Amino acid sequence: MYAFDYARPASLAEAIEAMKDEDAKALAGGQTLIPTLKQRLASPTTLVDLNGIAEIKGICLKDGMVAIGAGTRHAEVADSADVQRLIPALAHLAAHIGDPQVRNRGTLGGSLANNDPSACYPAAVLGLGATVHTSAGRAIAADDYFQGMFETALGEGELITSVDFPVPEKAAYMKFVQPASRFALTGVFVAKFLGAVRVAVTGASESGVFRWPEAEKALSANFSAGALDGVALGADGMIGDLHGTPEYRAHLAGVMARRAVTAAG
Amino acid sequence: MTKVSMTVNGKAVSGDVEGRTLLVQFLREGLGLTGTHVGCDTSQCGACVVHVNGESVKACTIFALGCEGAEVRTIEGMANADGSLGVIQAAFQEHHGLQCGFCTPGMVMSAADLLSRNQNPTERDVREWLEGNICRCTGYHNIVKSIMAAAATLRGEQVAAE
Ligand SMILES: Cc1cc2nc3c(=O)[nH]c(=O)nc-3n(C[C@H](O)[C@H](O)[C@H](O)COP(=O)(O)OP(=O)(O)OC[C@H]3O[C@@H](n4cnc5c(N)ncnc54)[C@H](O)[C@@H]3O)c2cc1C
Ligand code: FES
Ligand code: FES
Repeated sequence: MYAFDYARPASLAEAIEAMKDEDAKALAGGQTLIPTLKQRLASPTTLVDLNGIAEIKGICLKDGMVAIGAGTRHAEVADSADVQRLIPALAHLAAHIGDPQVRNRGTLGGSLANNDPSACYPAAVLGLGATVHTSAGRAIAADDYFQGMFETALGEGELITSVDFPVPEKAAYMKFVQPASRFALTGVFVAKFLGAVRVAVTGASESGVFRWPEAEKALSANFSAGALDGVALGADGMIGDLHGTPEYRAHLAGVMARRAVTAAG
Repeated sequence: MTKVSMTVNGKAVSGDVEGRTLLVQFLREGLGLTGTHVGCDTSQCGACVVHVNGESVKACTIFALGCEGAEVRTIEGMANADGSLGVIQAAFQEHHGLQCGFCTPGMVMSAADLLSRNQNPTERDVREWLEGNICRCTGYHNIVKSIMAAAATLRGEQVAAE
């Protein structure tokens, strides 16, 4: 790791100030950033530790939605009685990120800011049509937030503060675990709302998480696994690596989508 | 260098560290507590697991300065006051839960976190909980057995060793 200064702001206002330095970088759970720093893939002059900021932590209910602070850890989302009751699929997703030690540190905001193409949370945020709130006072719709692999709508120094998740009638997330990394080899989040179904796929595309309109259309007409018969993703633009070919991932997305529909009930 | 202060195994400690000093470096090199191991340094193996404010974390993936004021517990803090092995450690010895022992400190600390949350885990709960702890020797079977036995002992049940 290159050397850096370590800032510990106690409030969001102080963090925003510290992030004005263009070589500053936010540190949340560190479960992605610290390995990146070790590989010298990032060289911030100042690390701004967000862990002392109470304002961006915690879970509450707001206008019928579940609002989760960006600094909330995966384990807290998994264990939250409110999340379990209102959006069990989201609690289940959080409970299956990485391993217990990753879940004790990693945060929602860190996962979304990073936007790893195989991460789990982006699928929930896009699948539920959540809204990302930022330190610049912006409320960004999920459909506008994810802009490709590791790319987001966040501006320079802009911090995620919280995310509002609408409560679906039913939903489920199914991931096929890549056993070495524990990320999704491919994962699908399916959410049924009154009148519309959203389907988000992670781990498959070279452009990061995406919605699957043909599956949404078929499931909106008939919410059953069988409705997806004959609905298939093309292999174009899918990730190919030593863990799976593009064709394999495209196929897996269909399998995970059917399983998610069945699990949602 | 910045001064950092925390409580480690019940004792107040402090030292000068850089921003980039990891908790595991502070424990091993700063405090000489070499029971916490570094197996991978890439956040995957769990040999470095310690408790920070009661929760298990990978000490190679948290900065020392991020633990300012925290209560840290390491494998050195798991023995009984008279120096004899604590319940989980004793169960690992009794049920052959280790071979080379490299992964063991992390296994014990991870198990302690599980048993503080769930007094009555199933074998499946234990196996799932150990997702982040890699062992190259045992095949996990006796580790799981050790943790199940420790759970039973902590519940006050009698356990026969095989
Ligand atoms: C062994 C292992 C297994 C894992 N398995 C999975 C898995 O199965 N599924 C999965 O989805 N993820 C997985 N992860 C990743 C994990 O979920 C990370 O916790 C997460 O991706 C990053 O969150 P963090 O809080 O640790 O962020 P950090 O590592 O601290 O930060 C990540 C990035 O986000 C930025 N950032 C952090 N917070 C904010 C904020 N509030 N606003 C703006 N920018 C911010 C940082 O500057 C940095 O660029 C795994 C990680 C490990 C080490
Ligand atoms: S040394 Fe920390 S996880 Fe391997
Ligand atoms: S006993 Fe050797 S790595 Fe686990």
